[in-house]
Amino acid sequence: MIAYIVRRLLMLPIVIAGVSIPVFSLMMLMSPFSRLALYVRDPDTLKQGPEELAEMVEALGLNDPVWEQYARWMNQILHGNFGWSESARQPVLKAIARLLPASVELTLYAAFPVVFIGIWLGKKSAVHQDMPVDHVTRLTAIVGWSFPTFVFGILMLMIFYGINRWCPPGRLSLWASRIVYSDGFTSYTGMHTIDAVLNGDFRVLGDALRHLVLPVITLAYVSWALILRLMRSSMLEALRQDYITTARSKGLSERVVVNKHAQRNALLPVTTVAGLMVANLLNGVVVTETVFNFRGLGAFAATAAVQLDLPSILGFSLFNGVLLVLTNLIVDILCATFDPRVRLN
Amino acid sequence: MWILKKLATRPLSIAGFILLFCFIVIAVIAPWIAPPEFAHQPYRIPRDGYWAEPKPPSSEHILGTAEGQYDIFYGVVWGTRTAFRVGLIVTLSGCLIGMIVGSIAAYYGGLIDEILMRIVDIFYTLPYLVAAMVLAVVLGRSLQSSMIALVCFTWMGYARVIRSEILRIREIDYTHAARALGASNMRILVRHIIPNALYPVFVMVSMNIGSMVIAVSTLSFLGLGAQLGYADWGQMISLARNWMLGSAGDAAAYWFTVVCPGIPIVLFVLAWNLVGDALRDVLDPRMRGSR
Repeated sequence: MIAYIVRRLLMLPIVIAGVSIPVFSLMMLMSPFSRLALYVRDPDTLKQGPEELAEMVEALGLNDPVWEQYARWMNQILHGNFGWSESARQPVLKAIARLLPASVELTLYAAFPVVFIGIWLGKKSAVHQDMPVDHVTRLTAIVGWSFPTFVFGILMLMIFYGINRWCPPGRLSLWASRIVYSDGFTSYTGMHTIDAVLNGDFRVLGDALRHLVLPVITLAYVSWALILRLMRSSMLEALRQDYITTARSKGLSERVVVNKHAQRNALLPVTTVAGLMVANLLNGVVVTETVFNFRGLGAFAATAAVQLDLPSILGFSLFNGVLLVLTNLIVDILCATFDPRVRLN
Repeated sequence: MWILKKLATRPLSIAGFILLFCFIVIAVIAPWIAPPEFAHQPYRIPRDGYWAEPKPPSSEHILGTAEGQYDIFYGVVWGTRTAFRVGLIVTLSGCLIGMIVGSIAAYYGGLIDEILMRIVDIFYTLPYLVAAMVLAVVLGRSLQSSMIALVCFTWMGYARVIRSEILRIREIDYTHAARALGASNMRILVRHIIPNALYPVFVMVSMNIGSMVIAVSTLSFLGLGAQLGYADWGQMISLARNWMLGSAGDAAAYWFTVVCPGIPIVLFVLAWNLVGDALRDVLDPRMRGSR
């Protein structure tokens, strides 16, 4: 097992190279001057006259052959220099590190309802196939699947903030953020709910949760349809297998048959897709954070894209690539743990 | 024929086809129900002044006006054409590229297969929205560039499906029979394998058109897709962002700016999803007989 994990992790540099080549080729479509920002650590150097900038282009070799530039760019990235983010007004890596906890918090809270409600409803739907429960669940799922995240988010905001001020947008109320950014409050993880518990400040916890409810629901509602549909079809297939008939004829209770014999086998394909779902959630995070003005990585990427801030976008997509590779690794390991037939070799 | 018969017995799929039919009708009769102000630029939404605040529905503007006095009814009607164009073009081009790559990978096998499939893996690691954002930045803001961006990041699914279908069908008896009769490789591929591999692709296409429309409208909403004033549902909703919390006394004062372009998007995507779901249940041999 450990040997397998190490081997997969050794693949990581190859994958990073694979992700960076298309990203870099896209970048090469821009003029040398637009690409200058990638190599700059300090914004003031960009505010010089055209001659100085042309000199910098020459000095940095932005007119060199593509492969030479790629080697140099990769070298910079490996040394942790992702360039300067104009939209966040700080180095890209720093901005990502600062905003990451917010997005992780949002994604984690959304992933739990998505996975557990999705699996539970999918199971219910399959067990009661063609009964009212099944029809209602499938209809809600397909309607949810048809909702663009931003439409659903705006509607939620209109109802729960515009009409009755329950759940405001943003991450914290003004008074709560004053507490969080004061000296008396230690920031352990950067995730406000966890930090609030660790600091024993339950008013801040309540405020953070109030701000999280709508984005989490939005992110979850649009995504759980995928898990539900998969779980339903996989469960239906499992319930038609011979070993289910055997289990029933042995006189096992229906609950044991469904929960132990069918569900376990039906979960396998669902686990694999959970990895894909992370990609789905990442897309959703960009939109959800923008709609709810929730200052995390997704909102950062969206602003960067609108402001044509290339270094930030590149940093964000590289970061995503690495994240997805790691998720896929975890999914493969989980699959092997659930299914003794899968060997990690 | 049996496909149609089977589809007709499912109320949800009938609902999907009816919805889709309504959208087709709206798209076809658009020039008559919402005559364009500029004959050569029908997708430009006519505006009634430059006042920022949206106006509620009236006899002059049946669905009201959005921020900047863009006529919502006009935008919704012509947005239907945009949605069809975007959904069909993106999905079909993605499908075509995917089929070519998938067929080449399966046909030649070995090293070529390995290389092509690793490229597919790499494209899979980039979340398409983020990747489309990069491309939209590079190509500049327009509907075309967001469509190109999405095509670049949707073909992989088709490539994988076509490849595995071809590999599966290659080993089925009728393919061996054709080979025994002396048919050439090309003939077997074109006459026997591809037609049989098409069913799952067909289902995928119908399921993907909806999500492509969502993706393009999302890019427009983020400000990376259609230009201001273009008849596109996502772009119209982005105009509503500043007004969704209503005015001082009335929180729901500008509901129409979100709801009027929002309903067509949801129904359009729902229609394709219902149709796709129905097709999958009917065409997927494993689901046959289950219902």
